[in-house]
Amino acid sequence: MDLFKIFSKESPSKDVAKERLKLILIHDRANVSPQFLEMVKGDIIRVISDYAEIDQDGLEIKLTRTGEQNSSTPALVANIPIKKMKDMGR
Amino acid sequence: MGISIVVTSGKGGVGKTTTTANIGTALAMLGKKVVVVDADTGLRNLDLHLGLENRIVYNLIDVAEGTCRLKQALIKDKRFDNLFLLPTAQTKDKTAITPSQMQNIVETLKGEFDYVIIDCPAGIEHGFENAVAGADRAIIVTTPEVSAVRDADRIIGKIEAKGLDDHQLIINRIKYEMTKKGEMLNIEDMTDILAIKLLGIVPDDEKIVVSTNRGEPAVTDDHSKAGQAYKNIARRILGEEVPFLDLEDENTGFFGVLKKLFKR
Repeated sequence: MDLFKIFSKESPSKDVAKERLKLILIHDRANVSPQFLEMVKGDIIRVISDYAEIDQDGLEIKLTRTGEQNSSTPALVANIPIKKMKDMGR
Repeated sequence: MGISIVVTSGKGGVGKTTTTANIGTALAMLGKKVVVVDADTGLRNLDLHLGLENRIVYNLIDVAEGTCRLKQALIKDKRFDNLFLLPTAQTKDKTAITPSQMQNIVETLKGEFDYVIIDCPAGIEHGFENAVAGADRAIIVTTPEVSAVRDADRIIGKIEAKGLDDHQLIINRIKYEMTKKGEMLNIEDMTDILAIKLLGIVPDDEKIVVSTNRGEPAVTDDHSKAGQAYKNIARRILGEEVPFLDLEDENTGFFGVLKKLFKR
């Protein structure tokens, strides 16, 4: 619903500006390079692969902010599609 | 010993030079001995804002190179005896002076003046390094646009990394009507995003163009809203508590509209 609010016609452009700025500044301040994200991604794949079979192409990792409203604390959010859990003495 | 203040922004065209000229002039009007220093070597403009472009003989680079003494390069303002300009060279580039040379010159000026106001060039390269080298405080100028706010944030980061923790924000060219409609970032949005102390709010004012045309800073015009805002900023720099201009009253309220009608 947050997204809907941002893109709906009623939303004042300054709110769009503020949202965009907050996200840009998280990136600017964190100074996270694409290489860094690739490295993190590689390591995550390695660790998770021990426990589950994952869709490596569908894996998405991005820098954003924590879920709280108006938060400016950066957060790494990973979306890891699992094809199949490994059977490890569960 | 005086205080040196650098006026910076990252982005170009947000009003650094206008701010420098007006704060410098306003502080002089309040009786302080002030020198404004143009650190934008190669693209100097502070002289134009003060209407002193025809009086330049020597400049900052001449001082750095030892071609002249510091005193010879200082130009006294037309209106205020206690206001001086140290122009820079128009035909050299920003590498013609080093941060340590700049620091020495600013130190010497602080011995002579109450306030040394340094006009920083746009960008984060050599010119910026020079401008902030001798500064005790920083004023960051921004406008209510995403690009200007983003650049301001970057500059704040750079300045803090240098240990220049005494920094404050001026929000320039606020259009009250637009902020009211939610079509422009408002003061709260910007201080919220940048998390820095607010020094002043300057309304968008067509009179600024006229002031620059004439080479007379807006603070010398009693009818200029922006001029009033800069005068308030100067008083805050001196440590006075001055409330922020109530933009609503001036532009829209019933009496504001009446006032506007009768002015014509």
